[in-house]
Amino acid sequence: MVFRRSDATVPAPVAPVDAPPPLPVKIVVAGGFAVGKTTFVGAISEIAPLTTEAALTQVSVGVDDTGGLTGKTGTTVAMDFGRITLGHDLVLYLFGTPGQERFHFMWDDLVRGAIGAVVLVDTTRLGDCFPAVDYFERLGVPFIVAVNAFNGQQVHALPAVREALAVPEEVPMIVCDARDRLSTRDALLEVVQHALVRAGV
Amino acid sequence: MNSSALPPGDGLDSRLRPYAITGGRTRALAELPIESMVRTSELGHAERARLALERRTIIELCVTPHSVAEVSALVRLHLGVARVLIGDLAAEGLLAVHRPDHRGDRPDLRLLERVLHGLQAL
Repeated sequence: MVFRRSDATVPAPVAPVDAPPPLPVKIVVAGGFAVGKTTFVGAISEIAPLTTEAALTQVSVGVDDTGGLTGKTGTTVAMDFGRITLGHDLVLYLFGTPGQERFHFMWDDLVRGAIGAVVLVDTTRLGDCFPAVDYFERLGVPFIVAVNAFNGQQVHALPAVREALAVPEEVPMIVCDARDRLSTRDALLEVVQHALVRAGV
Repeated sequence: MNSSALPPGDGLDSRLRPYAITGGRTRALAELPIESMVRTSELGHAERARLALERRTIIELCVTPHSVAEVSALVRLHLGVARVLIGDLAAEGLLAVHRPDHRGDRPDLRLLERVLHGLQAL
């Protein structure tokens, strides 16, 4: 009897409510490996960051080495994300994207309809964020550059970072502590404001 | 060594043959944006007892609205597999899918302003 179904005797749980679900929007958090993307997402997400996996395309598997996929089978790529409820009718999803170019098939999926992106930068490994900057520029995705400052002493580095990344003055560049809720909130505000400017306000 | 020597699974072993449970199909009936919100319909709610494994889990999870990404993560399905199953359940009328609101590539100004105000209020 353990596995017997008893459809007729199980009382119906509460039926779904009729109010429409919240409208989803998303912002992408990009950057090199281990730059703090999941920390950033986790600092402001109302849920512990979740992980979804996607299969690498055949093309990606065939063309690229999978050296960056330490501990993985080489056939999937993991992506962390979080959620922020904004009022009763809006929910903002934050997607942390794998930085390597071979994962661009996934970025196309992620940036479609996105408000914009945060490119998280570690000044000791500037080159790691080049693919993300190139990608967002090419697709016209509004993005900001956030220099992750675990110790808060990176302000002086901003002009040098801008020069090294060769991003124009219009691209906002800030220092951000990815562990800090308000700091990540401010970074997201920069993205939305930049998207508004780009949209013509 | 035999199969009993394998470590116990922590749910679905979606890494082995991710698309076995979709009958080999890799495309959802309609492309579903990853942030689309999914909710169980009244029909889905009424029919849940006859559904199997993953389909039933999705229907039970989505009594509370969840995004496609959340369904994938919480039901432990590859994103592409989750999309196919959600697409099927929606086509059968068991789930309602609420897509994001952007006609072009980006949300419109009004929506951006709502997000701005929402973030400022945090």
